[in-house]
Amino acid sequence: MTKRFALGVFEDEDVLLHAIDNMRGAGVKIYDVFSPYPVHGIDDALGIARSRLPIAAFFYGMCGLAFALWLQIYTLGFDWPMIIGGKPNIALPAFIPVAFELTVFFTCHGMVITFYTITGLYPRFKTPVMDVRSTDDKFVMAIELDENNSALPKLTQLLRENGASEVNQKEMTKK
Amino acid sequence: MATLTHQESATAEQLVVTDGARKIFFTIILAGVVLLVVGLLTAIFHWGEAHEVVGAVGHEEGSPIWLKRLLVSLWHSNIFFLGVSAVGTVFMAINYVAYAGWSVIVKRITEAFSVWIAPGAAIMLVIFLVGRHDIFHWTHDRINTKGSPNYDAIIAAKSGFLNLPFYLIRMVSYLVIWWAFSWKLRKLSLEEDLNGGTQYFHKSVTTAALFLVLYAVTSSMSAWDWVMSVDVHWFSTMFGWYVFASWWVSGIAGITLTAIFLKQNGYLRFMNANHFHDLGKLMFGFSIFWCYVWFSQFMLIWYANLPEEAVYFNQRLGGFNGQYTGLFFFNIVINFVFPFLGLMTRDAKRQMIILKIVCIAILAGHWSDFYLMLMPGTLKGENGFLIEIGVAAIFLGAFLLLMTRRLSEASLIPVNHPFIDESVHHTT
Repeated sequence: MTKRFALGVFEDEDVLLHAIDNMRGAGVKIYDVFSPYPVHGIDDALGIARSRLPIAAFFYGMCGLAFALWLQIYTLGFDWPMIIGGKPNIALPAFIPVAFELTVFFTCHGMVITFYTITGLYPRFKTPVMDVRSTDDKFVMAIELDENNSALPKLTQLLRENGASEVNQKEMTKK
Repeated sequence: MATLTHQESATAEQLVVTDGARKIFFTIILAGVVLLVVGLLTAIFHWGEAHEVVGAVGHEEGSPIWLKRLLVSLWHSNIFFLGVSAVGTVFMAINYVAYAGWSVIVKRITEAFSVWIAPGAAIMLVIFLVGRHDIFHWTHDRINTKGSPNYDAIIAAKSGFLNLPFYLIRMVSYLVIWWAFSWKLRKLSLEEDLNGGTQYFHKSVTTAALFLVLYAVTSSMSAWDWVMSVDVHWFSTMFGWYVFASWWVSGIAGITLTAIFLKQNGYLRFMNANHFHDLGKLMFGFSIFWCYVWFSQFMLIWYANLPEEAVYFNQRLGGFNGQYTGLFFFNIVINFVFPFLGLMTRDAKRQMIILKIVCIAILAGHWSDFYLMLMPGTLKGENGFLIEIGVAAIFLGAFLLLMTRRLSEASLIPVNHPFIDESVHHTT
């Protein structure tokens, strides 16, 4: 499926943030904005709802904690009990470092995998990029166009008025 | 950095401490005095002691138990408030050195916190000079003299460090360093308000950097001197960090709580959920840090189980007929579990009511953390709460009086700070 986009290229993050406000105020639906680094306040400006990733992270953490405790209690307490340093077989203080590490391990791996899956940013051979300069020093605002590019002249004018240094057109093919 | 909601710039705000507020502070002091008197009378006349064990336990020497408890609780509360007060300056210094912008809006609160360093230092010196024998075992007469009945070989071996002149020199230098740098940073800040310009900021950064180096050393050493040396036979290499973590997280809780009260009374117009969010994150993070340090100390001692080290936890876990066991677990719950779960979500850190509850819990929790560090080593099983809470309330009221007075001496917003705009437009 092929989609067409109008790309407004901006030089400065403040200009971009004002442009986002004005474009949305003018009733334009912004597809996405690409920036070389995270811009403070851009989520609010774009009206993006808060991510639910932290909730997932909490449950990954609980899984990690449960797994770590089960692993240690089962192996050291039941499967192959050994006396180490005169401590009881199930010696909780000694299990805490491992429990902590596995909680962190499960949480970060779970979050990274979830994040990549949801956003489609997972590593692959050919990465679709709207404008490669958005990985360097330009801010790119993408607005989806219809079949006949009917909104393009108006959008070009609007983007120019709001400080875009150039307006390009791009077709993206989704396999 | 950039929010589109408003483009106003910050203006000066003047705090007026109302008579009502002052009345509350005096009421806190009065309540403290009442508790203290009741506590002292209880201790003197042994009220409420069903089974008479007076004299059976026996304190080796020195003052009657009521005086001993009074001195130790003065020392305890003073260390807590002095440390929290110094954290005001440390917080400001760290933000200067990091070139942090968001925290400028609470800078005046951190400055006001350091007002207690001078009176705290005076109180500390007086308590030490008057009551050191009841707090520090190593100050007893002829304890380092071979052949005397008081002789203690372990303490004698430490006498190169723990002797009166050197201890006093150290104590005075910590206090002077903390006080002098707080005074200097405050002075620069006030001059900046009057004259503007960036030279005050650059001077403050240099001063702050030097202070942080010195504070890193003095905070650790003061923890050994003032807190660890009450358990003079025992030592822990984690102790400096442990005490610092306790002071630091309580200091941040205190700063946040002050900001909340100011905000709820209509001050700090530009302080919003984003600033509270960041303060909440710091409290959340450093509650975990405190627990990390606490656990590191506990686990090593528990695992190695060497008698001379384990005695510290034997006293607190089940020692003295289990007097401290409840407090020991309460300490972990209120200082770690509660802030950890309470401040975990984003919304919790952005709502003043939850932050307020957690701040109060952290402050009370770390006060009892210091209680747990000091009491078993000094009072053994003869501890109590009435005198201690009374003394703490008197300190709290006095601290609030001085702190709010200093807050009202200058604008609540440092209008000429170069980063004030960044702080006003801060988003998280």
